[in-house]
Amino acid sequence: MNNCTERIYNGLVKENPTFVLMLGMCPTLAVTTSAVNGVGMGLSTTVVLVLSNMLISMLRKIIPDSVRMPAFIVVVASFVTIVQFLLEGFVPSLYDSLGLYIPLIVVNCIILGRAESYASKNPVLPSIFDGIGMGLGFTVGLAAIGIVREVIGTGAIFGQQILPLADAAAGTGGYVPVTIFILPPGAFLVLAFLVALQNKVRNNAAKKGKKVTEPAGCGEGCASCGNSACGGNVFPTGNEK
Amino acid sequence: MSENKLKMSSSPHIRSKVTSANIMLYVTIALLPASAFGVWNFGVSALVMLICTTASAVLTEYIYEKLMHKKITVNDFSAVVTGLLLGLNMPPSAPWWMGVLGGVFAILIVKQLFGGLGQNFMNPALGARCFLLISFTSQMTTFVYDGVTGPTPLAQLKSGEVVDSMSMLLGRIPGTIGETSVIAVIIGAIFLILMGIIDLRIPGTYIASFVVFIGIFGHFANPDVGFFDPQYITAHLCGGGLMLGAWFMATDYVTSPITKKGQIVYGMLLGILTGLFRLFGGSAEGVSYAIIIGNLIVPLIERVTFPKPFGKGGEK
Repeated sequence: MNNCTERIYNGLVKENPTFVLMLGMCPTLAVTTSAVNGVGMGLSTTVVLVLSNMLISMLRKIIPDSVRMPAFIVVVASFVTIVQFLLEGFVPSLYDSLGLYIPLIVVNCIILGRAESYASKNPVLPSIFDGIGMGLGFTVGLAAIGIVREVIGTGAIFGQQILPLADAAAGTGGYVPVTIFILPPGAFLVLAFLVALQNKVRNNAAKKGKKVTEPAGCGEGCASCGNSACGGNVFPTGNEK
Repeated sequence: MSENKLKMSSSPHIRSKVTSANIMLYVTIALLPASAFGVWNFGVSALVMLICTTASAVLTEYIYEKLMHKKITVNDFSAVVTGLLLGLNMPPSAPWWMGVLGGVFAILIVKQLFGGLGQNFMNPALGARCFLLISFTSQMTTFVYDGVTGPTPLAQLKSGEVVDSMSMLLGRIPGTIGETSVIAVIIGAIFLILMGIIDLRIPGTYIASFVVFIGIFGHFANPDVGFFDPQYITAHLCGGGLMLGAWFMATDYVTSPITKKGQIVYGMLLGILTGLFRLFGGSAEGVSYAIIIGNLIVPLIERVTFPKPFGKGGEK
């Protein structure tokens, strides 16, 4: 596996920002009320992530170490502003439903984390692929949560009604949506179950003797860990040392 | 020689005969008057609902523990109590599958996923009730009585109407299955107090602080009501789930404080929250949310009210 495809695999599976690193929980919980919102948020973040990784990697020898954070923020904020105007102009409905969370991409810890821990230390091409991988991992995570919440909470998927709804007035039976799933508590329930499911898969794989890839540097505790993207936020998966 | 007959062991040497199963059995018995009244009052649909919630709670507990290779604790009646309490908190007109879903949620998510009996952070029956209340708001707040869909006395009270306290005391009013009859709930509560299962500390402070809150602030919510208007206070005491909640759900061993001071703080907190939700909240009833929020604060209350060991010099 060459370096670029490895970065994509790393972002999608090994260090999936949503289910493994538990980064960017704020948009994850807040905007995934439907699959469309989840995918929209994921892709917007991906665009910003790829572009900011690229630019920061290009500038990595110019940015002085002592002011790197403000410099990163300026770069990220510029791209977020561009994305925000594009969304507002071309997909106003998505812009309305994501609302405040688009400007908040500026402080999304995935983007700053990748800038700090990867793009500022690596060449341009791997940084771009790192951005694509992480962004797609985030998109997949948000889409999965969004799909589950939308199906249970409204009986629809990507806005298409797949379960016929019960109509009390007409007396017809059908699916009665469990509204709590499109409300905030539902986000926590679905996230918890999906994380539990992925831990179960990893644990089973570990039992069968398959090599389970751990998030980088997480076996030794946070003190000796070089992965500042994590910020000590990774929950134990039960199969760590 | 007699030396083999002497056993050396550390304390305790005398053990209480009371077990979790005993306690839960007594609570089940104490819930029977309210259940029987609910079935008599609302008919077969109430009986079906109680059976659905109880059966699904017990079955969920059994299946989960079987699948997880844990000790099967169905025999300790705790799942029965959870199921029955949930059933008593359901409107009789709700469809049966809602009761089943609630029973599964209560046991699986609120109780077992947090570690089973003794580990749950909130009352499972109330957790499930709030889950259903948020999910199916219209079905959970539609109360049919004698074939007529009408507002509960609390809703009438909130909109400023006059209600009949006597029928509220007896329970001939719309509401959830177990909450309508104050008398039936009190009979069960007296049984529990006589058997020493619960004491008056939590329910007493809960109801007392609720009365004080309603007495003072009732006037601000509804200007026609004077300060400490006895009729208004009686209606609030007899209406809704206050009695069922205060005697059977706030006193749940797992989710209430163990320290004596803590229990008083907890009771007062519940009283104030319930009054706040009822008078100034969006809906007419607030007992279940008040108790759930109280449950969440219990660890903090216990930390603050933890007794100091005697003779250790006290606080510095």
